[in-house]
Amino acid sequence: MKGYKKYFRKRIVWYLITLVIAVILNFMLPRLMPGDPVAAITANSAAGLTDRTAAQQIYDEYAEAFGLDKPVYQQFFIWVGKLFTGDLGVSFINYPRTVSDMIGSAVWWTIGLQLPAILTGWIIGNLLGALAAYKGKFIDKGLMPASMFISGFPAFGLATILIFIFVVKLKVAPAGGGYSFDLLPSFSWRFISSVFVHYQLPFWSIVLTLIGGQAIGMRSMSIYELNADYVKYSRFLGVEDRKIVGYVFHNAMLPQVTGLALSMGTMIGGALVAEIVFSYPGLGYTLVRAITGQDYPVISGCTLIITVMVLIANLALEIIYGFIDPRVKAAQVE
Amino acid sequence: MGMIKKVFHSPKFRLGFIIFAALLLFVFLYPLFDSGDPLEMIAVQSYLKPGTYVSQYDVAGSDGITLDVVASDKKLASHLPEADRNKMKTYLVDFVGLDANQVDTNNIPKLIEQWMDNYNPNNKAGLLVSAQRDYRNINKEVLAALDAGDIIIAINDPETGELIQNKTIHDQQYVQVSSVANRQVFPLGGDNFGRNVLRELVEATKTSLMIGLIAGIVATAIGLTLGLIAGYVGGTTDNIITFITNLFTVIPSFVILILISYSVGQEARGVLLVACIIGFTAWPWTCRSVRSQVISLRNRDHVNLMKLSGHGLLHILTTGILPYIASYVVMALILQIAQGILSEAQLSMLGLGAATSKTATLGLMMNWATLFSAVVNGSWWAYFPVVIVIALMSFSMNLMNTGLDQVFNPQLRD
Repeated sequence: MKGYKKYFRKRIVWYLITLVIAVILNFMLPRLMPGDPVAAITANSAAGLTDRTAAQQIYDEYAEAFGLDKPVYQQFFIWVGKLFTGDLGVSFINYPRTVSDMIGSAVWWTIGLQLPAILTGWIIGNLLGALAAYKGKFIDKGLMPASMFISGFPAFGLATILIFIFVVKLKVAPAGGGYSFDLLPSFSWRFISSVFVHYQLPFWSIVLTLIGGQAIGMRSMSIYELNADYVKYSRFLGVEDRKIVGYVFHNAMLPQVTGLALSMGTMIGGALVAEIVFSYPGLGYTLVRAITGQDYPVISGCTLIITVMVLIANLALEIIYGFIDPRVKAAQVE
Repeated sequence: MGMIKKVFHSPKFRLGFIIFAALLLFVFLYPLFDSGDPLEMIAVQSYLKPGTYVSQYDVAGSDGITLDVVASDKKLASHLPEADRNKMKTYLVDFVGLDANQVDTNNIPKLIEQWMDNYNPNNKAGLLVSAQRDYRNINKEVLAALDAGDIIIAINDPETGELIQNKTIHDQQYVQVSSVANRQVFPLGGDNFGRNVLRELVEATKTSLMIGLIAGIVATAIGLTLGLIAGYVGGTTDNIITFITNLFTVIPSFVILILISYSVGQEARGVLLVACIIGFTAWPWTCRSVRSQVISLRNRDHVNLMKLSGHGLLHILTTGILPYIASYVVMALILQIAQGILSEAQLSMLGLGAATSKTATLGLMMNWATLFSAVVNGSWWAYFPVVIVIALMSFSMNLMNTGLDQVFNPQLRD
C-alpha cells in the first residue's frame, strides 16, 4: 500500500494542477475576444428579453460579478471565489434560475446515461475483440469489418438511425426526453419505468458507437500478446489454455485502459451530442439550448462541469490502472 | 514507387482507398451533370419526398397518348390507403354485420362493391361523431375514385370572364415524363429550406472534406513540430512540451473547441476559421506519438553521425529523422482528417459551426435536420445520406490507416 500512496498522491497533485489550468482557460478564453466582454455577452441575450428591468438587472449583476473596473487577475479571483461557493451566476434565458441549479439537475442525467453506456461499450467491445483474436477466422472476418464500419458512425448519426427504426417505423420507443412529458419526477413505479423506456435508445446509440473501436483495439493488442514469447513458453510448459488466455487478456487489457483514459474526452463529447438528438435532459441538451440562446453563464458552467467530469473519470481510471498493472507498484517501491 | 505498390497490396488499404476515391469522384463529377446552385431554396414546402417533379401546368397542356389499360384499380388503391381500407372493414364487420372472412381489404373492387351496397350515411347508431366524420370522408374518397368522368381543362376568357372549355382529359391518357418541359429531379428529396438535398450533400461533402483536410494539416503540423522538438531536444524543452501535451490530452479538446468557437462569435465563424480552430485543438495526440517515435530514433548511428559532422538541428530533424517517421505522420494525418470531419459535425450540431447562410457542411445539414425535426417526422432523406457519407468517410480513412499500419508495422500483420 505504501507504494500506491505515493503514486496516488502524485496523480492527484497532477490532476489538481490540470484542474487549475482548465479553470483558468475557462475564464480566459471568452475574455480574449475583442471589446467589452460583458457588453458582448449580455447584449445579445438582453435584446431578447422583453422585461427591460430584468435586462438591466442582469447587466448590473454581471458587471459587478465580473468586477469590470478591476484588473484581470482580480476579476479572476472574484470569479474563482464565487466558484468555490458553487455560484456560477444566473442564467440569461431562464432568469432568475441559477446556473448551478440548471446544471445540477442536468449533470445527473448525463452521468446516469454516459457512465453505464461507456462501461458497457468498453466491456462488450473488449470481449468481442479478444474473442476475434483468439477464435480467429469466422468472427474475425465477419465481425471486424462490421465493427469498423459501425465505429465510423458518429454517436449522433446512430442516434438518428435508431430513432428512425424504433420510433418512426416500429413505434416501440418514445422519440425523446428523459421521461414521459405528462409525468413529474417522483419515486413512483410509473416514473421509473418511463425513465427506463426513454433510456434505451440514447444508451444503445452510445454503446454501439463505442463497441467497434474498442473491439478493433483489443483485437490487435491480443494478437500481439498471443504471439509473445511468454505465451509460447507457457504453451511449451503445458500451462492450461484457460490460464494462458487469462494472462493474455489481462496484458492486452492494460493498454485498453490507458486508451479509454486518452479517449474519455472525445467519447463524452460525442455522447453529449447524441443527447441533443434525443432531447435528453442532460448537459448536452442544456449546452445546445444555452448556445442557441447565447446564454453565456450556462455555457461556461457546462464546459467547466464537463471538464471536471472528464478529469475525475481520468483520475479514477489511473487509480484503477495502478491496481491492475503491477509495474506501477514496482516503479514506486524502488 | 515500390512503397506505393506495397501499400496497395494491403486489401484493407485498397478497399478504403476505393471507397474514398469513389466519394471524391462523385463529389467532383456530380456538379458537371447537375449544375444548379446547391443552396438555392427551390421548394416552398419543406421536406419534399425524393423523386421527379413535373410541372402540372405543362402536363395539362401537353397532348396525351392513349394507353389501353384499366386505370381505376391503381387509382382506387392510391385514393384509399391501407388505413382507410381497414376502417372500411371495421365498419362493414361491426356495424353492418358482414362476416370478417368475407371482407378482404386487399381485394379493392370487391371491398368497394360491399361498401357501396352497405354504407348508409344516416346510420348513426353506436358511432362517435368523429367516427361518423371519418366514414363520411372515406365515402367521399370512394365516390371520387369511382367517378371516372373526364377532367375538363378550361381557359378563362379575359374579355368576357367566361370559362371556355379547351380540352378534356380521360383516365387512360398518358404523358411521357421526359416530354414535359419543366421538370425538377430531387433524387434525395428536399430539405427544410426546400433545397435539393443531393446537390446540397455534394457541396457539403466537399466543404467538410476541406475542413477535415485543413484541420488535419494544422493539427499534424503543430503536433509534428512540437513532437520532433520535444523528442529530439529533450531536457527542459521536452518537459515543458510534454506537460502541455498531457494537459491538453486530459482537458477535453471538445470543451476548448466550444469555448473558442463561442468566443469568436457567430459572424466571424467562416469555414476556414472553424477548420483552423479544430486543427488547433486536435494536435496533442499527434505530438505525443511523434515524440515517442523520435525518442526511439534519436540515438541511432546515422543521427549521431550527423550530429558529429556538425549539422544543424533543422537539418538533422528534416533529413535524419523525418524520413523515418514519414509513414507514421501520413497515418496520423489521415486519422486527423477523419477526426476533423467528425469534430466539425459535432460542433455544428451544437450550433457552433460555420455561419449558416453561406455554406453547407455535413454538420450543418445534420443540425438543420434535427432542429427542424426531420428525424422525428420520418423525413429520412434529409439526414440519412448525411450520416452515411460521414460514416463512409471515416470508415474508408480508418481502413486506409489500418492498411498502412499493417504494411509498416509487420508485427501487426495477421
